[in-house]
Amino acid sequence: MMSYFKEIAVGFWSLIGGMAVTIRYFVKPIVTVQYPREKIQMSPRYRGYPQLIIDPETQTHKCIACEMCARTCPSQLITVKGTKFPGEKQKRATKYVHRHQYCSLCGLCVEVCPTTALEFSPVYRLAGFSREDCVLDHLVLLQARQQAAGLPVTPVPTEEEISAAIAAEAAAKEAREKEAKAKAEAKKAAEPKAAPAKEDKE
Amino acid sequence: MELVAQSLGSEGARMIVGLIAVIALVSVNALFLIWMERKVAAHMQLRPGPMEVGPHGAVQTVCDAVKLMGKELITPAEVDKPIYWLAPVVIFLPVLLSFLVIPFSSTWIIKDMNVGIILILAFSTLSVLSILMAGWSSNNKYAVFGAIRSVAQNVAYEIPLLVTVMSIILMVGSFKLSDIVTAQSGVWFVAVQPLAFILYITCATAETNRAPFDIPEAESELVAGFHTEYTGMRFALFFLAEYTNMFIASAVATVLFLGGWHGPFLPGVVWFFIKVYAVIFLLMWFRWTFPRTRFDQLITLSWKILIPLAFVNLLITALVLKLR
Repeated sequence: MMSYFKEIAVGFWSLIGGMAVTIRYFVKPIVTVQYPREKIQMSPRYRGYPQLIIDPETQTHKCIACEMCARTCPSQLITVKGTKFPGEKQKRATKYVHRHQYCSLCGLCVEVCPTTALEFSPVYRLAGFSREDCVLDHLVLLQARQQAAGLPVTPVPTEEEISAAIAAEAAAKEAREKEAKAKAEAKKAAEPKAAPAKEDKE
Repeated sequence: MELVAQSLGSEGARMIVGLIAVIALVSVNALFLIWMERKVAAHMQLRPGPMEVGPHGAVQTVCDAVKLMGKELITPAEVDKPIYWLAPVVIFLPVLLSFLVIPFSSTWIIKDMNVGIILILAFSTLSVLSILMAGWSSNNKYAVFGAIRSVAQNVAYEIPLLVTVMSIILMVGSFKLSDIVTAQSGVWFVAVQPLAFILYITCATAETNRAPFDIPEAESELVAGFHTEYTGMRFALFFLAEYTNMFIASAVATVLFLGGWHGPFLPGVVWFFIKVYAVIFLLMWFRWTFPRTRFDQLITLSWKILIPLAFVNLLITALVLKLR
């Protein structure tokens, strides 16, 4: 008889406990994100597609177009072209195309980069209507991010500029070679003069 | 309108206006309750629920109703046609009749009958008949199972419900709903009879076939139970009747235990509706908290616990009233 009443009391108490749980959840704020209207901030560890880092010092990318990323990519989907512009010490990327539709997000390009010019992007909305929509031009994307951050936009060199730079580089090289040749010749010319002089002394 | 009123007398005009108002109330209430149920369910699971149609999805159920009206009314082969067609109507008519005697305020009663509570209890039992009709005529094993379970459940829970209501009627000495409310102008009966209130809410949950006692339509076991074979507006009528039954059960709880239209500041009708929707919220709260009971647990709960407790409560009430 006692167990009968105990069962009722325990059962009733557990029902009240259950209802306390649900009402606690009822007044909690909802966790659903109303996706097209609301977007969540991705965590800093989120690994999206690789993108060019904006260097805080120069306010532009650090890519030297060494093509290490293009060579290490298992899917061979990165195309990097670079040119040395007159008055600059290193080559600079003039084209960086990432065909993201083939990307497996392995991150080898980010790892291999000698200047740490690449990072993982927090962008997750990557849907497109065709495969061509997934081709990412990193220099253009960099410009967009620079604009959003209020930084001076790095211009993408045009074909003419590139060919001019190549021509200038070639001309400079030629000039340097000429100079070296002339120096060598001058040295050569100076040497025989010096030799007889020595002999003369002896 | 005047001509109609004269020919029918003021009583008849009151009936007609009342019935039109009731039909409007039933439809609006069902639309609101379905929306409310989805919202309550969603918020208990940390979701927003319907959000797209109208502000906070308020027009969602209207769209659903329009969609249901556009659906084909399928009559499967081999069904018992007259009974199959009649069942949705039979479930809906008693629901309308019950509204005749519900006192929304001291003046808002269509017909204040002296057998009010008995009328509601008698007509609400009719819904069992229509569930049996629907299940039997559908020529579907799940529908039959649902119907048979429903009958067993409703018979089992009718007894504690009636005995519990009896203890209130003993205190008031009248079957008239307005008398019951008037008797609570000081203290609500929920304070005097807390056990009876718990028993009534439990039985009302079972009578309206709602979770955790929703085994007649247990969707994970029986597809949809008795209305498995119904489509379109016929299905909508069952749905409408379910939510209207909820409203009636809550309205009766309000009248019997929560002091009906009594309350400070606001007019009586507003208080009545606030209380009714509070009880409905309680029923929804049950649904999203408790898992469905097994059939033997359901019957055990009724016969071994609720019925003895209801009789003990009735005896104590009678004793106290006699000795006072």
